[in-house]
Amino acid sequence: MNFDFSEEQHQLRDQARRFLTEHSTSKRIRQVLDGVAPYDRAMWQEIAAMGWLGAAVPEEYGGAGLGHVGLCVLAEELGRALAPVPFSSSVYLATEALLLAGSEAQKDELLPKLVAGDLIGTLAWAEGTGNPDPARIKARVSGGKLTGVKWPVADGGLADIAIVVARDETDRIVLALARLGGAGVHPEALNTVDPTREQAKLSFDGVPVEVLPGDGWETLIQVLDRAAVLIAFEQVGLAQKCLDMAVAFAMERHAFGRPIGSFQAIKHKLADVYVATELARSNAYFGAWALGVGAAELPLAAASARVSATEAAWLAAKENIQTHGGIGFTWEMDCHLYYRRAKLLGLTLGSAPWWKDRVVAALETRNAA
Amino acid sequence: MDFEDTPQEAAFRAEVRTFLAANAEPKKRGVPGRARHVGAEELARAKRFQAAKHDAGLVGLTWPKEWGGRELTQIFQVIYNQEEEAYAVPRGVFEIGLGMCIPTMMAYATPEQLRRYVPKALHGEEVWCQLFSEPAGGSDVAAVRTRAEKNGDTWTINGQKIWTSGAQFSDFGIIVVRSNPDVPKHMGLSFFFLDMKSPGIEIRPIKQASGASHFNEVFFTDVKVPDSQRLGAVGQGWRVALTTLMNERLAIGDVPRPDTEDLLELARAVELDGEPAINNVSVREKIADMHVRSQGLKYTRFRTMTALSRGQTPGPESSIGKLVNAAKLQEIASFGLDLLGSAGMVMDKDLSPMQAMFQEALLSSPASRIAGGTDEILRNIVAERVLGLPGDIRVDKDIPFNRLPSGKR
Repeated sequence: MNFDFSEEQHQLRDQARRFLTEHSTSKRIRQVLDGVAPYDRAMWQEIAAMGWLGAAVPEEYGGAGLGHVGLCVLAEELGRALAPVPFSSSVYLATEALLLAGSEAQKDELLPKLVAGDLIGTLAWAEGTGNPDPARIKARVSGGKLTGVKWPVADGGLADIAIVVARDETDRIVLALARLGGAGVHPEALNTVDPTREQAKLSFDGVPVEVLPGDGWETLIQVLDRAAVLIAFEQVGLAQKCLDMAVAFAMERHAFGRPIGSFQAIKHKLADVYVATELARSNAYFGAWALGVGAAELPLAAASARVSATEAAWLAAKENIQTHGGIGFTWEMDCHLYYRRAKLLGLTLGSAPWWKDRVVAALETRNAA
Repeated sequence: MDFEDTPQEAAFRAEVRTFLAANAEPKKRGVPGRARHVGAEELARAKRFQAAKHDAGLVGLTWPKEWGGRELTQIFQVIYNQEEEAYAVPRGVFEIGLGMCIPTMMAYATPEQLRRYVPKALHGEEVWCQLFSEPAGGSDVAAVRTRAEKNGDTWTINGQKIWTSGAQFSDFGIIVVRSNPDVPKHMGLSFFFLDMKSPGIEIRPIKQASGASHFNEVFFTDVKVPDSQRLGAVGQGWRVALTTLMNERLAIGDVPRPDTEDLLELARAVELDGEPAINNVSVREKIADMHVRSQGLKYTRFRTMTALSRGQTPGPESSIGKLVNAAKLQEIASFGLDLLGSAGMVMDKDLSPMQAMFQEALLSSPASRIAGGTDEILRNIVAERVLGLPGDIRVDKDIPFNRLPSGKR
């Protein structure tokens, strides 16, 4: 039994923790929160220079070839640090989609640039309210040109390329690669519950696209499964950070002549947060294993990791504010940054009810086999 | 990351499998394998199985070779438990003696005493029980009122213990008693082992809320125990008791039934609103919630096993198992009944699906949230030992035990 990260992966974690503690500070996150910049460009460049963007990309495309388990380690730290960069969109979504379904030419051209941070990518599946569902896709590729409206699109306002879920002339779902800088693309920034991560509405009006080979919906689901594991690590990192903050505050803060952390009302609440976080961590570990070896269990492992981590992050973030009391609800305290991000992460790949249904669907498939 | 055994672990697992295949019956699916009541026949069967395990060298795995053990690390005990989980073997007879009583003896008894008691316990000839809980001391384990008074070289014990598993078929027991009521709670305790057949011991079964009887009340009336059977110094009984409690078996292989798979099976078998219950959105949501808890625990156990396999002490995550399992069991049982409509109330085995497994669990599950540490005590332990939060303020710390307010219950 070796259900833990390797020595090298632990070192990678330490390195990431040190870097992010120094750079992903409250002050710099708030620059994005306050709308000074859509993301922290300097942090992005340093992250690219350290090779994180290509952690799971094979060396032939300029990646570090650390594998997906290495990427999971980084994801946990990025989630813990609330890093205000388009990492998840560009790495978990666009890069993964290209690795899975891109043509050799597309991979040769785009992956090295994504790895270097010269290009930012994203994936656009949603068209307004609702969870992933082929019936809801109205965007259409006709004669090699894309028309339609996608929202919310993570980092849609700052990405250079987007992989867009659309229909072709025969109504099949395809993934269409669009360059976002040119004519016919109209990005519109959205106000969201978490302004530290940019979201946009993208309108396409006859934009030339390249269609990725293969069944578009099948690829989308594979990308979402992979991203669900990686985002689960971000959520676990965030939950652990919230728990650490709440515990530290409960030790310091005195009321009724004693630290509030000595009251069972607080102790039991934080014990429950700990339990939820450990369950989520263990589910995420199994997701990492399934992702790392490309196991047949990945759909079940990914959905379980996502459901568990979404629950833990939400619980930890809201109870962190509650433990802090009134001060926790002020703009100056960082508690709300984690609260905002926790909810955002729980929505970004589709919300919990959809993923819970995927857990049961995967169980049914497994038992039928 | 992988789930592979080391070569040594794999060889041991094969050894265990060979033994179990030859000496035990596999569990049947859909039926809980654990025997609920230990009668004379079950006791004899348990003793035969223990003897067979002993002769195969599969007992006392982590114990010193001097006492019949194999001096293996704890991962081997976990592997044994994992394999045994698939078999309907007798349970509930030797766990406390070999898991808690004898390890306490090893820490405090004389070599002569160990030579007398350890081999017979290990072979399954003699059964041991643990006498800690009292009517007025459940979560507050040190609030022991059973008195021990010394006269010459003999102690006289008077009082009552409760929730004692296996007292009715035990040969020996370990007991914590109050030897001095004039000092604060933890300081006036002493610890003994005694013969459960001693005159003055009366054992009565407790009828539980579920209707079953797995535990006993044990009454002591002028029970004589020689001072030579004292473990630890007079007044140091609490320290000895902590040794016992630390040896509580690492509950690592236990998955209570019904679990998610059983709920899934039930939801596919019964109809709700004219179609299989599994198609219902709220049913699916509940199954998913339970599944991620079960799997979260399973992979938490794997993390613990990884630490054990490396010869490390498991991290604090290993402490969440019982807390999660107990609440989950109760929730699954209750939801299972909901799936049956008003027929969920029926627990006739021939009428209720899966032999009334869910109904049985509904009635027995309150116990799992109390026994071996209540949910509340476990949360305190997580908060204090794992998260480092301050202990509760103790109002009984500096007050002599006999001046503490006792309340009416």
